[in-house]
Amino acid sequence: MVLEIMGYILGGTLITIAVTLVALPMGLVLGMLFALARVYGGKFLSGFAALYSTVMRAVPPIVLLFILYFILAGSINISPFWAGSIALGVISSSYQLEILRGAVQSVGGGQMMAARALGMSRLTAIRHIIIPQALRLAIPPWSNEASIVLKDSSLVYAIGVPEILRRAQFVSARTYQPFLAFTAAALIYFLLTFLSNRLLDRLEDKTRIPGF
Amino acid sequence: MENTILRIENLSKSYGSSTILKDVNLTVNEGDTVVIIGPSGTGKSTLLRCINLLTKTNSGRIFLDDKEINAHGVDENDVRKHIGMVFQDFLLFNHLTALENVMIGPSKVLKMDQVAAREKAFFELERVGLKDKAHLYPGQLSGGQKQRVGIARALAMDPRVMLFDEPTSALDPELIGEVLEVMRKLALEGMTMLVVTHEMGFAREVADKIVFMEHGVVAEEGAPDDLFFHPKHERTREFLWKITELYGKHDQEKGENPE
Amino acid sequence: MNEFIDFFRTALPDFYQGAIITLKLTGVGLGLGFLLGLPAAVMRVYGGKYLRWLAVGYIELFRGTPVLVQLFLVYFGLPDLGVTLSRMTAAYIVLGLNSGAYQAEYFRGAIQAVGSGQMMAARAIGMSRIEAIRHIILPQALRLVIPAWSNEPTSLLKASAIAFLIAVPDLMTKAKTVAAHTYNPIGTYLSVAVVYLVIVFVINGVFSFIEKKARIPGLELEF
Repeated sequence: MVLEIMGYILGGTLITIAVTLVALPMGLVLGMLFALARVYGGKFLSGFAALYSTVMRAVPPIVLLFILYFILAGSINISPFWAGSIALGVISSSYQLEILRGAVQSVGGGQMMAARALGMSRLTAIRHIIIPQALRLAIPPWSNEASIVLKDSSLVYAIGVPEILRRAQFVSARTYQPFLAFTAAALIYFLLTFLSNRLLDRLEDKTRIPGF
Repeated sequence: MENTILRIENLSKSYGSSTILKDVNLTVNEGDTVVIIGPSGTGKSTLLRCINLLTKTNSGRIFLDDKEINAHGVDENDVRKHIGMVFQDFLLFNHLTALENVMIGPSKVLKMDQVAAREKAFFELERVGLKDKAHLYPGQLSGGQKQRVGIARALAMDPRVMLFDEPTSALDPELIGEVLEVMRKLALEGMTMLVVTHEMGFAREVADKIVFMEHGVVAEEGAPDDLFFHPKHERTREFLWKITELYGKHDQEKGENPE
Repeated sequence: MNEFIDFFRTALPDFYQGAIITLKLTGVGLGLGFLLGLPAAVMRVYGGKYLRWLAVGYIELFRGTPVLVQLFLVYFGLPDLGVTLSRMTAAYIVLGLNSGAYQAEYFRGAIQAVGSGQMMAARAIGMSRIEAIRHIILPQALRLVIPAWSNEPTSLLKASAIAFLIAVPDLMTKAKTVAAHTYNPIGTYLSVAVVYLVIVFVINGVFSFIEKKARIPGLELEF
């Protein structure tokens, strides 16, 4: 019986990881686009990106989750898993925007100037010189964001996705042992964040530019 | 017949209410090394950045091989392929090895294929004496080595003219020599060079023409011996005195005439 | 757009009540977090082996798990062990514990930024460690921390929203009710988002003001 429960909750772990693995990359791509708009865009683009960042980061993720969920679910036939993951991706993009913006600015105007002096267009310079360096600089704060997305994935509980927390609740209702069930859930999350932090530390080591 | 590679006419540049460059005129002929000297903050670096269009001018015209390059509608990126620039802060691409730094211009801008670009890069690295450091990253190189890679990177584009913006000012004294040596070699090989520097020894030995700039204008220009021994303006004499004193070479400059 | 404004107006009274609770949650959480976080940071930096372990354990545990899980654990799980808390109390405690862990990290950064030189100078004039911490380190650290710490109120405000999942009558719970009544989920949650935006705007404004007043000339924390 205990094994059954463990198996059931662990199944939720896969869903939690899946949600995170959809939301994070989505947030990265969107965040990168917005960050480039913010740093290199003209007044209009840059202003729009700034507005996006301010608004999306001021509203509680759960509220944004609901809004995006209802919009998505209302317009297309989409499962709560996908609606929730996409919503979390959009939410994360605003935080990643700020992280990447900081990183791009850290790379510095000198690098852009040297690239242009060689005859590179702005786009080529951004693609080959700025972004590769910015991504490396962004890894520490990005690992922090990855942790946050992992933890925020628990919010999809509220839209019925059978991730860890919802399964823990189900188990607690069946076994009348809420303390154990929720402690188990907490431990699993703790392990997940611990492991992902370790993984990202290794990534940072692997991609470190020698001497930099 | 001397061929004019670079011609600057009535160039002016201001930032808001401060005028950085006022009506600057300058010619650089093929194979010449022109050295610009002068007090800091007088627009020398700005001048270089105007020439390769990194900075927009307020008025005046710039001609490269008799083609006006700072007119409306000119493709800036295209122009910059023919002008090489070496920076005071090196500005090497930190995430690329020395070889990759030198290769990236030919490969991404000149669209050469990887093999040809790599060969070209090795060639230029050898030219600056750093072939054996090809696979090291900027962070693993000394200042002098970084600057030489910077020179190789600019050379790899086969530019018509090389611009040097105080190439040794950020270097430890012992490392300046290796960079000046490379520049000396380039000048002898016939590269057209425009150099902003405080290195008077280099200026005297290598320059075909020295330009003294102050407050954003060309105060005086001429052959090295003319400027050093028969400066037309008091201010020029003053500046040259001070600066060669600083660099420990004030023996001959006390107004003594070689004739 | 007009529809939206009308809708917003009718929902306002409900939102008002919810907002009060939300602000209470945020305020208490912030205060509790401060009372937990500052000592934790001091323990983390200056404590002996056991105190440090305790602090690290607390900080890592609460930063390494989702707030929602912590909330459920306290509200639904503790009764199992005989500790039954009301919704509000559970929410206060969890938000306080959670915020405390994050605040501890902010304070730790600020304490370390003050620098060991300051401690050395304080000891050199005969102060005990505790006196030095109290009179030299903390006064500086508390000023240095303000820019970074000013993120915490808005962070906490956003975290408080999840309390609706244990039926705390905060803004989100009211939103849910209104949404159900009006069959207009998107409009309702958009309105609530606006309310949160306004609150955040006000909080940020207050903190910009405080930051300016508390700045020590010449001493700034560079992040």
